[in-house]
Amino acid sequence: MSFKIISLIAATVLVAACATEPEDSGAASGQGSSSSASSSGSASNSVGSKQAMQNTQPNAPTPGSIEDLVVNVGDRVFFSFNKSDIQPDAADTLNRQAAWLKKFPNHMIVVEGHCDERGTREYNLALGERRANSVREYLISVGVAANRIATISYGKERPAVLGANDASWSQNRRGVTIVKNAGS
Amino acid sequence: MRKFSDKKSVATILRRVLKSAMALAVGAGLSLAIPAQAEVRIDITRGTVKALPIAVTHFHGLVGPEIDVGRNIAGVVSADLERSGLFRPLDKRAFIQTAASLRVRPRFSDWRVINAQALVQGNVKLQQDGRLRVEFRLWDVFSEAQMTGLAYFTEPSNWRRVAHIISDAIYKRVTGESGYFDTRIVFVAESGPLKRRIKRLAIMDQDGANHRYLTDGSNLVLTPRFSPTLQEITYLSYFNDEPRVYLFDIESGRQELLGGFRGMTFAPRFAADGKSVLMSFAKRGNSDVWRMDLSTRTATQLTRHSAIDTSPSPSPDGKQIAFNSDRGGSPQLYVMDHNGSNVRRISFARGRYSTPVWSPRGDLIAFTKQTGGKFHIGVMRPDGSGERILTESFLDEAPSWAPNGRIIMFFRQTPTDTKGKGGTTRLYSIDLTGHNLREVITPGDASDPAWSPLIP
Repeated sequence: MSFKIISLIAATVLVAACATEPEDSGAASGQGSSSSASSSGSASNSVGSKQAMQNTQPNAPTPGSIEDLVVNVGDRVFFSFNKSDIQPDAADTLNRQAAWLKKFPNHMIVVEGHCDERGTREYNLALGERRANSVREYLISVGVAANRIATISYGKERPAVLGANDASWSQNRRGVTIVKNAGS
Repeated sequence: MRKFSDKKSVATILRRVLKSAMALAVGAGLSLAIPAQAEVRIDITRGTVKALPIAVTHFHGLVGPEIDVGRNIAGVVSADLERSGLFRPLDKRAFIQTAASLRVRPRFSDWRVINAQALVQGNVKLQQDGRLRVEFRLWDVFSEAQMTGLAYFTEPSNWRRVAHIISDAIYKRVTGESGYFDTRIVFVAESGPLKRRIKRLAIMDQDGANHRYLTDGSNLVLTPRFSPTLQEITYLSYFNDEPRVYLFDIESGRQELLGGFRGMTFAPRFAADGKSVLMSFAKRGNSDVWRMDLSTRTATQLTRHSAIDTSPSPSPDGKQIAFNSDRGGSPQLYVMDHNGSNVRRISFARGRYSTPVWSPRGDLIAFTKQTGGKFHIGVMRPDGSGERILTESFLDEAPSWAPNGRIIMFFRQTPTDTKGKGGTTRLYSIDLTGHNLREVITPGDASDPAWSPLIP
C-alpha cells in the first residue's frame, strides 16, 4: 500500500529536519514550521516523537501545551485520496489525543479538515468537512465529550506541504487537531 | 436621421437614467440602410471561424477632448472585437481614407483595397451640458451598405462603457447573437504564501479595466457569484473562522450573512430569477443542497443523502438544478427538479466530474473534469449527451459563462514544486468551440471568476 511508503518518506524528512534545525521543532508554537515535525504524527509516530523528544530535551514542551500535542501526541491524521474514513494508524493517533484530552479536561479543540489540491474547491470543502467530522466522531467514540470538539473545513485552501506530487498530496489530506484554549 | 419616438425606448432611456448613476442613455437610432443581399456575417455555429477583417477608425472629433475620447473608444472597440477571436481589426496605418472625409461618406474602394470587409466609423461631440454625444456606424464594405448605427449621450468619464456597448452592437449585428462586452468579472485576487493565501474579492470590467478590490483580505473569501440582477454578489467568507455564505452589495459595499445555519454553508449560486440562493449546508459533516429564499429568509432542504451534494447551478428557466454528488462513489454530475425531486445522473464517462454550471442559453452544462492526472473544462447537454472537452492542464477549474453562452471563463493553476515555486493562478477564457484560449489579464494571481450578466 502506497500510504506506508509515503509515511516512511515523511519520517525521513522529519529526521532530516530535526538534524538540521533542532530548535525549530521545539520552539514552534503554531502550525507553520512545526508541520514537518507533526506530519509524522500518524503512521510513524513512535519514530517521530522519540526523535523529536530527544532533540528537544533541554526545553521539553509544557504538558498540555500545543507543542505537547504536536510533539508528544501527534496533532494530525491522514486520509486516502477522496476518503474520510479513519485508518488504523490514524486511530492510534486519535486514541492518544483522546487520552491527552482526558488529562486536560478544560481543553476545547477544533478539528480542521483539509484536502489535497486534486479536487475542485467546493467538493473539497465538503470533503474536508467530512474528514473533520470523521475525526470528531472517532474522538467522541473513545470518550471525548462532544461539546469540546468543533470542526472547520479548509478544503484545499491551506496546504501543509507544497509540491505537485503524491508525497505532498498525501500530507495535505489531513485532519488537524487544534487546541483553542491551551494554557502554558 | 430618424427620430427616436418609440415609447418603449423612451421608457428604457428613462429607466436607465434613473437606475444608473452613470446616466448613460441611448439617444437616437441612426438611419438603417436597406438590408444588402450578401451581407457581412460571421456564422459562429461552425467549429472554426475565420476572423472577419474589420477597419475600426478613430472616432472623429474636432477639439482635443473629443479627439482623445474618439481615439480611446476606437481602441477599446478594436480590442474587444479582437479578443473575441471572430474579428481581425486591421492595422490603422494601412487606412487610406481619413476620419474627417469619412464623415461625408465612406469611399468603399479605399477600404476594399486593404481587404476590410466591415468598417466602423464614429463621431464624438461635446454637448452644451457637458455630456458627450457618441455615434457610430457599421458599414458593409462590399455591399456598400450601412449595417447598423446608433448614438449615445453620456458623461465623458463613461466613455469606456459606451465603447463596450458599441462593441456589443457590432458583435450582435455581425454574428446574430448578443454580445458580452458590457459586462464585469468578479473574482478572487490571490497573493501571499501558497500555504496561507490571502484572498480578496475583486471586480473589473471584462477587459480588465476599472479593477478594484471589494474586500481587504483579512478574511478568506471564495467562490463569488453574480446575481442575475447584478447589484449583488453571493460568496463564501471565513469571517470569525466560520465559513458561511454571504451577500455583498456592490454599490454600497454592505455585507450580510445569509441565514442562521449552525454549520458551514458554501457553494452559493443565485437562482435564475435572483430571488433565492442555492447552496450547500454541511450538517454533522454531511453536505446537502439547500435553497434560501431571499425575501422570506426561509431555508429549504433539496437533497437528503449521506453523500456529498454540492455546487448547485440552476437552469435558466428555473425548473431544474444541476449539482455535484459522490453518491455513486466518485464525484459526478446530477440534475434534479427545482424542488429536489427526480434526481438523475448525467455524467457517465471515465473521470471525476464537478462544478456543473448551466449555460445562460440553457442548452449546455459546463463542468470541471479530472481524468488521467489532468483537469479539463468541458461541456455537455443537460441530458449528459454530447460531451466535449475544451481545455486540459495541471489544474483547470470553475467555469463561468459569458451572458451570451458562447464563451467560458475559468482559472488555471500551475503545479508547485516543493520549494513553493509555481502555483500561479490565472484567469482564462475559451470559446465554446474550443478555440481562442486567452489569458484574462489581472493585476496578480486570480481564481474563481464569475461573469456578470449584461449591465442593465
